[in-house]
Amino acid sequence: MIRFSHVHKSFARTGAALADVSFQVNKGEFVFITGPSGAGKSTILKLCFFDERPSQGEVKVYGISSATYTPADVPRLRRRLGIIFQDFRLLEDRSVEANIAFALEVTGTPAGQIAGRVARLLAQVGLAAKATAIPRELSGGEQQRVAIARALANDPVALVADEPTGNLDERATRGIFQLFKDINASGTAVLMATHDLDLVRRSGCRNIEINRGQLVFDSAADGGFRASGASPMMEEDDA
Amino acid sequence: MRLAFREALLAFRRAPMLSALSITTIAFSLFAFGLFGLVALNIRNALQKVEDRVEIRAFIADGTGAEATSAALGDIAAFPEAASVRLVTQTQALDRARLELGEFSDVFEEGILPASIEVRLKTGFRDPATVRAVAKRIEVYDFIDDIRFGEEWVEKLHRLRNIATLAGATLGLTFAVVAIIIIGSTIRMAVMARSREIAIMRLVGATNGFIRAPFLIEGFLKGTLGGALALVLAWVALAIINRFVVQATFFDPWMGAVGVVAGACIGLAGSALSVGRHLKRV
Repeated sequence: MIRFSHVHKSFARTGAALADVSFQVNKGEFVFITGPSGAGKSTILKLCFFDERPSQGEVKVYGISSATYTPADVPRLRRRLGIIFQDFRLLEDRSVEANIAFALEVTGTPAGQIAGRVARLLAQVGLAAKATAIPRELSGGEQQRVAIARALANDPVALVADEPTGNLDERATRGIFQLFKDINASGTAVLMATHDLDLVRRSGCRNIEINRGQLVFDSAADGGFRASGASPMMEEDDA
Repeated sequence: MRLAFREALLAFRRAPMLSALSITTIAFSLFAFGLFGLVALNIRNALQKVEDRVEIRAFIADGTGAEATSAALGDIAAFPEAASVRLVTQTQALDRARLELGEFSDVFEEGILPASIEVRLKTGFRDPATVRAVAKRIEVYDFIDDIRFGEEWVEKLHRLRNIATLAGATLGLTFAVVAIIIIGSTIRMAVMARSREIAIMRLVGATNGFIRAPFLIEGFLKGTLGGALALVLAWVALAIINRFVVQATFFDPWMGAVGVVAGACIGLAGSALSVGRHLKRV
C-alpha cells in the first residue's frame, strides 16, 4: 500500500535528508519509524502524503506514484490517508465536533450524514461528552484524540502519524497508543514516527529505524527489536 | 458553494477587526481614487460646457435673397458635422446685441448688424481642424461676407482638453495602481492570518478550488463593501465641497455602480492572487 523504492531526498539548504530508502507497508500493518532527531523520520512521512517529492526514486501510495502524479491526485490521496501530528493542528476557534465535521465537509460528505458520523467518531475516540468544547479547553491527550477522530473521518486506509505522543504524558501516551492499536485492529494501517522506544518494544510491532537519512534496520527483514545499536546515538542526539 | 459562503461569512465573524481594516483600507483607497475621479469629472464637465459654445458664425451680405439663404441653410444642415444650423436675421442680431450690451443699446441702429448663419457642431467635431474645414465649406457661398469661429480660443481649448485628458489618465492610472497594491496587501494579510487553516484544509484533502472559494467570496464581499463605503465617503466629501467651496457635480448613478463593481473586482482579483500565491508556496 505504501512503497518506497530507492528514495533519495535532498533539501537546498540542509542537503541530503534521505539516501536510498526502500521499504513497503502492507495493508493493515502497524509500522513504527524510529531514529534520532533529524534522522529523516518526518521526511519519510511527508513523502507518504506527498507534502514532499523525492529527489530520486519512487514513492507509491495507494496506487499513486510520486513519479507520475498530477496536482489533482494529492487531495485524492490525502482523503485516503489520515494524517496526525505532534502539535495536533486543530482549528483553535472551532468546537471539537466542528473540527471533525470540517474534514467531512472538505471532502464533500452530504450535509445530512455529517452529524451522525461526527457523533460516531467522537464515541470511537472516547470524547462524546466533549463535542462542543473548543481545543484549548481540552488536555493534550484529548486534543490528540480529536485529531485522530478527524484523521479517521474519511475512512482512511492508513494513518500517518508524526510523533503523535511526543507532547503527551505517560498515561495519555498509553491511551493514545491503545486507540491506534484499536484502529489498526479494524484493518487500518498505521505508520507512526516516534522517539518512544519503550512503546515500540512493548508493542511488538514492526520497526523501521532511520539514521542519518538511511534505513539501518527493519524488524520485518532483520527480525527482533534493535534498540541497542540505535540508542546511544539517539540519546546523544536527543540530548 | 453553500459551505464556501458559510466559511467566507465566518471569516468576518472570527476576525472582525481584520475584516473591518480590510474594508476600510479598500474604501479609503477607492475614496482617494474617487475624489480624483470627481475632480476629473468636474473639469471635464466645465470643459464640455465651454466646448458646447463652439460655433461658426457666417455673416450674410446685405440684400441676399431669402431663397439663397434657406437653400444654404438646408445644405449646411446636411453636413455630417453640423448639430444645428440657425438663421439669425438682422432684427434678431440687433435684439440680441441690445440685450447683451444693455448700456450701449442706443449705439445700435436699425440695420447696422448683418444677418448671420450660426452653425453648432456635433461632439467630436469641435477640434480646430474640423471647425476650420467646415468654416471653409461655408465660406464658398458668395453671399457670405465674413466667417468667424474664434480660431484662437478653439485651439487653446483643444490643447487644454488634451492636457486634462493626459493628466487625468496618468493620475487616474497611478491612483488605481496604488489602490490595487494597497488592497492586495490587505487581502494578503487576511490570507496569511488564515494560513494555518489553509494548511489543515490541505492535509484533510481539500482541493485548491475548495480552499480558494471562501477567500474569493470574502474578497468579493470586502471589495463590494469597500466600494460602497468609498462612494458614501465621496458623496459626503462632495456635499462639504458644495457647501463651503464650489458647486460640483457628483457621479452619475452608473458611474457609482462602476465604482462599486470595481471595488468588488479588485477584492476578487486581490484574493485570487494572494490565495494563489499562498497555495503555490505551501
